[in-house]
Amino acid sequence: MNFKNYKIHGLYDELLTPRLQARSSAGRLLKYLKSLSNEEINKRKQAADLAIKTMGITFTVYSEGENIDREWPYDIIPRIIPSREWRRIEKGLQQRMLAINHFIDDIYNEQKIIKDKIIPRELLKSSKNYRKECRGMKPVFGAWAHICGSDLIRDKDGTMYVLEDNLRVPSGVSYMLENRKVTKRVFPELFEDYNIVPLSDYPTNLFDTLSSISPRPLDYPEVVVLTPGIFNSAYFEHSFLAQQMGAELVEGSDLVVADDDCVYMKTIEGLSRVDVIYRRIDDLFLDPEVFNKDSALGVPGLMRAWKKGNVALANAPGAGVADDKVVYTYVPDMIKYYLDQDPIIPNVPSYSCDNEKELKHVLANIGNLVVKPANESGGYGMLVGPHSTKKEQKDMAALVKANPRNYIAQPVISLSTVPTLCDNAIEPRHVDLRPFTLQSDNTYVTAGGLTRVALVKGSLVVNSSQGGGSKDTWVISPDKD
Amino acid sequence: MLSRVAEQMYWFGRYLERAENTARLVNVNANLLLDLPRMIKVIWGGLIDITGTNKEFYNKYEHANEQNVIRFMLAEEKNPGSICSAISMVRENARITREIMPSEAWEQINELNLYVKQNVTAALKRDGRHEFLDDVIHYCHQITGLLHGYMSHGDAYNFIRIGRNLERADMTTRIADIGCMFLINPRADIPDAYENILWMNVLRSLSAYQMYRQYVQDRVNGEDVLDFLMRDEEFPRAIAHCLGELKLCIKKLPNNDHALRIINRVQRIINKMDAATIIDSELHEFIDKLQINLASVHTQVSNSWFDYSELVHEQE
Repeated sequence: MNFKNYKIHGLYDELLTPRLQARSSAGRLLKYLKSLSNEEINKRKQAADLAIKTMGITFTVYSEGENIDREWPYDIIPRIIPSREWRRIEKGLQQRMLAINHFIDDIYNEQKIIKDKIIPRELLKSSKNYRKECRGMKPVFGAWAHICGSDLIRDKDGTMYVLEDNLRVPSGVSYMLENRKVTKRVFPELFEDYNIVPLSDYPTNLFDTLSSISPRPLDYPEVVVLTPGIFNSAYFEHSFLAQQMGAELVEGSDLVVADDDCVYMKTIEGLSRVDVIYRRIDDLFLDPEVFNKDSALGVPGLMRAWKKGNVALANAPGAGVADDKVVYTYVPDMIKYYLDQDPIIPNVPSYSCDNEKELKHVLANIGNLVVKPANESGGYGMLVGPHSTKKEQKDMAALVKANPRNYIAQPVISLSTVPTLCDNAIEPRHVDLRPFTLQSDNTYVTAGGLTRVALVKGSLVVNSSQGGGSKDTWVISPDKD
Repeated sequence: MLSRVAEQMYWFGRYLERAENTARLVNVNANLLLDLPRMIKVIWGGLIDITGTNKEFYNKYEHANEQNVIRFMLAEEKNPGSICSAISMVRENARITREIMPSEAWEQINELNLYVKQNVTAALKRDGRHEFLDDVIHYCHQITGLLHGYMSHGDAYNFIRIGRNLERADMTTRIADIGCMFLINPRADIPDAYENILWMNVLRSLSAYQMYRQYVQDRVNGEDVLDFLMRDEEFPRAIAHCLGELKLCIKKLPNNDHALRIINRVQRIINKMDAATIIDSELHEFIDKLQINLASVHTQVSNSWFDYSELVHEQE
């Protein structure tokens, strides 16, 4: 394999400099890849495909009314992050998680940040994920979001930004762990040469985090993973995490809230008390008595049990209030307000259109910006300036002018690339990074995270359901000697 | 262990057994076709009676002829006992409980499911049938063997065994019932000489012929066949043996007193049975009673371990 035809196109590549020299820590990997013949590298790829098949690593896609288990898409060339850089990112994620939890706790209690006019009150009113049922709740350690998956992206100049904080039911961590197992099978020799920080402690840390919030102070509280069931696209992960933590994988119908407002699971020995629920069900489906009445996925009375402090829910209901595009733009302010610190990892610069000066800038530069509605997700109603027609820009400008509070705008970030195996050649493909942060009395960040890669040339879409793949991510410590 | 998971293991065991029984039943009946004189029509409707699926069958078909019955027993999705639907239930139950099922067994189950889907159409014709049914039986044995060798013999495995033995006992009563239908209503078109062939057919449906010959030296006769199928403790498809297995499994489970009491009751019924007297007059009533009692074993298993309408608070 050689990199002579590798074209970086003015982007940032994670392994190579613009002059095709190896970046720090990537030297050995590149040298090794160059030493492999095309035939040899294809053999490794086939070994990886086989490993994924026999290990049963799948994700579920919906197609023509059927659920199909597909093999997890994985690229054998890892992404490398030097530990020096990683330490800074890790600190940045811890800082962010802490500030976000302060914010959620404040919002459901005193609302100081609103009274001090850092965040406008209207923001809560327009938030789809604010739950009035959570007012006055005080979860232990002030932790509402115990598990967070943050999406990081890197621009052409090498700056790493936070694009999103996923605080509801972030998924992907099982694939991060499985990717590492597959890579160990495929390139065992590289693990001898490199000091790659291991990942396998995540399930233990997750279990510790969940145990620490148990309402009953037991050595081994009953922790369960609550899944919507086999038809959910992340069922593989639910089953994987339950298995790795030695916790029961339960569905809503396995749980019952008794007259004493405690949660029990139905076992062959009778009812057995549950202390902590790692729920992988959205807020609105948790408890048909309080939220969506037609939900068959949840447990009637669960909110009652949680409010009485008889069961812990991770993440806490209502934590999603901070998982919102407009609230996101205030995270740097939260960090200053609650922690009196400067943000270590910046947000993607965002313009709030309700600020007159920023609105002017947005309207003047609409052809170069991404404009997003505040309360939509999944890319709905979004305008990508450089890929839009003059008419679309004009229509969007009218919408923004009519309701400026409802829009934010961001510059287009180009996403960095990593060498990826494509039909016998190595080509650059765009990536993002999703590290996972845990918080209770301690904060823990995975070493690296899940690198998602857009396998289609030039594409920025990294979702596995839309032709995205994944890579192992190596945080490399320098050699001791 | 979660009640839901226990229940899924139980049905996994039942459906795996059901698929195998159906395959054997169809196979033997098809062979009987070759033995009986040409003027006698093989009683394909008997298969529908045995499996207790008259309603489902006649909703869809008018005549219980070979073609319809075979399609219904092998491929019909609305028949929960058809090989196709039983195997897909096996797979569904295994899929949900994948974290406790050995991965080797899971792979075999997938393979069987795929095999059935791809080959069932060919098996609807006479020439492809035997091979298909044999393969299904072999797959079922492989899976049972894998589980025996690879799966911890704990609660989950116990529930699979409970399901298997209850399904097996149930099938044995149904097959014996069919045998007795001919005794009570002798058909004018079947010469006496063929009564012997019918009883052999009953035994073969349960793969019991060879074992029976070792147990009874006399020529095959209804009385001995009945005694063997009900009371032999060693033959795996005899009711007495299935009950013994059920008892062993249930003894290992918590809160088992109600279920054990019912098993004991069924054992007493079998022990008291006198084949010589009942075979002439009350065989059908006897088998009815047995089936009702087996059904109450199922109900009790379900009440004791799968379903909690009353709250039992566990003490720390």
